[in-house]
Amino acid sequence: MSTLLSQSAAVIKMNIQSLPRRLWMSLAMVFASAVVVAILLAFLAMAKGFDATMQSAGSDDIAFFMRVGSAAELNSSASREQVNLIENAPGIMRDEQGPMVSAELYVIVDGVKKSSQTEANLPLRGLDQRGVTMRKGFTLVAGRMFEPGTDELIVGAGVLREFDGFDLGQEIRFGKYTWKVVGVFSAGGNVFESELWADAKVIQNLYNRGSSYQSVRARLEPGASLDAITAYLKSEPRLTHEVQTESAYFAEQGKSLAYMAMFGWVISCIMALGALAGALNTMYTSVSDRAMEIATLRAIGFSNFSAFIGTMAEAMALAVLGSLLGSLVAYIFFDGLNASTLGGSFTQVVFSFKLTPELFANGITLALIIGFVSGFFPAWRAARVPVILAFQAGR
Amino acid sequence: MSSENLFELNNVAKRFTKGKETISIFEGLNMHIKKGDFMAIMGPSGSGKTTLLNLLGGVDQPTSGEITFAGQRIDNLSESKLAKWRANNIGFIFQFYNLMPMLNAAKNVELPLLLTNLSSSERKKQVATALQLVGLSDRAKHMPSEMSGGQQQRVAIARAVVSDPTFLLCDEPTGDLDRQTADEILEMLQLLNRQFGKTIVMVTHDPSAAKFASHTVHLNKGKFVKAEELMA
Repeated sequence: MSTLLSQSAAVIKMNIQSLPRRLWMSLAMVFASAVVVAILLAFLAMAKGFDATMQSAGSDDIAFFMRVGSAAELNSSASREQVNLIENAPGIMRDEQGPMVSAELYVIVDGVKKSSQTEANLPLRGLDQRGVTMRKGFTLVAGRMFEPGTDELIVGAGVLREFDGFDLGQEIRFGKYTWKVVGVFSAGGNVFESELWADAKVIQNLYNRGSSYQSVRARLEPGASLDAITAYLKSEPRLTHEVQTESAYFAEQGKSLAYMAMFGWVISCIMALGALAGALNTMYTSVSDRAMEIATLRAIGFSNFSAFIGTMAEAMALAVLGSLLGSLVAYIFFDGLNASTLGGSFTQVVFSFKLTPELFANGITLALIIGFVSGFFPAWRAARVPVILAFQAGR
Repeated sequence: MSSENLFELNNVAKRFTKGKETISIFEGLNMHIKKGDFMAIMGPSGSGKTTLLNLLGGVDQPTSGEITFAGQRIDNLSESKLAKWRANNIGFIFQFYNLMPMLNAAKNVELPLLLTNLSSSERKKQVATALQLVGLSDRAKHMPSEMSGGQQQRVAIARAVVSDPTFLLCDEPTGDLDRQTADEILEMLQLLNRQFGKTIVMVTHDPSAAKFASHTVHLNKGKFVKAEELMA
């Protein structure tokens, strides 16, 4: 066994040392693997970034109410009476100002993307100070909070980054109304940074919403049960709402870009087939190039297993090298890349591509599969190189 | 089997099939090689020299007949057992040296020792001894590309003897060398035969090289013939 290991180690070392003889073919395999891994990681980073942007927005201790059947806030509604009833639901936390409930509006306005100069939908959220405090990670990074009852708004850092016309102090016109940007806020990179926030009552007036809202958020008491709230909603005929945690709502919203990960896998697998063909060619060339050496080692007494392992190791090494290069390229060009896309409420969600160790592992796994398959058949051939070949060198 | 015989070939046949045609290289070939012998095998191209070499080296198997080495049949061994047998008993010396171009002389010589259970320091000792034997101690760290043909062949000889095999199989060992270098190599083989008791079979086209052997056999169309018959 120990001799099998020592001879395999020697053959692996020799194969790796002989790589410069097949430099361009080997580099082709490395680059092919790198391209596949980089593209896969780009798609996965996009999906992961979007998902993280949505997921990190939600809290488990916030109950989120929408009208039954509403897939997103845009489709929901809640009258003032219904908001009052929700405030009386069991398990809602209270403080000196009363129940910790935020009734909010969600309307769509136009913005112009910096990248393409095309118009895209942006969410204008109407809320009050209670709603602001319910957002985890909220900080004003520039300017000040909007004054209630005025046409002032604050913009999310993502909107400022990706859209034109939202600089601090600037006036911006949506339809018939002009707003003034008085502050810029951060929300830890989550989906709320893709929004514009203004006073709920002002939006009700300007958009003819009367006293109605669209969604309701409520902070839960520790240990509060959503089941009890659901039972309350069902028992109250004036309420047509359902409840879930805010984190569950955003987790569901985050799935809207999950197809991107699937698409990435499909594209990458198709490309991997192309890379595989090239890698097979590289490895068959390697076996052909080393045939005399393999035969000589076999004549000396090296096992065919060592020839097999040596070839497999070379293929795996090239594939791993490719995956590392692809990962590096993906990291340099895609990690943290800002983009915006249509979210669940037909509005733009600004997010950053996000590469995680788990995604890198996915890329390396795909490269290892390419390496294994492209190495296996040439390695099989290497193990069967006729020993007689050693006597035919140079003839 | 005579106790002095290292190799015995009894009624050996070797045939190849090419399409529908069967080509016979040997039919009923008998020969023996005595322990301590230095045999040269000569013959024209196509006479079966290489096939015989392959059979003796355990890299090919006969279609029928028996080949025994030190009383043990090797014609019916599996590929893996043959590989072990080669590692334990045979040292190969090739016409074009067959050194690993990416390894230095010492590492090339060490290769057969990787098939043993020797420790690294023991291997280094044996490599140094083998290189000293062929007069290349000062070239241990040199790559094959940095050495002349004669030096490369000496490294190949060191590799062949480093694990102290009984039998050396040389395939045109001087075919790629000038006369003077060839003679040096042949003297070295003679030394290995006379002083170290190695049994050597050398295939060669060169009558001058054959003179270094203790005796020469001639092959023609798969049969051993007298030298005069070959000339006729």
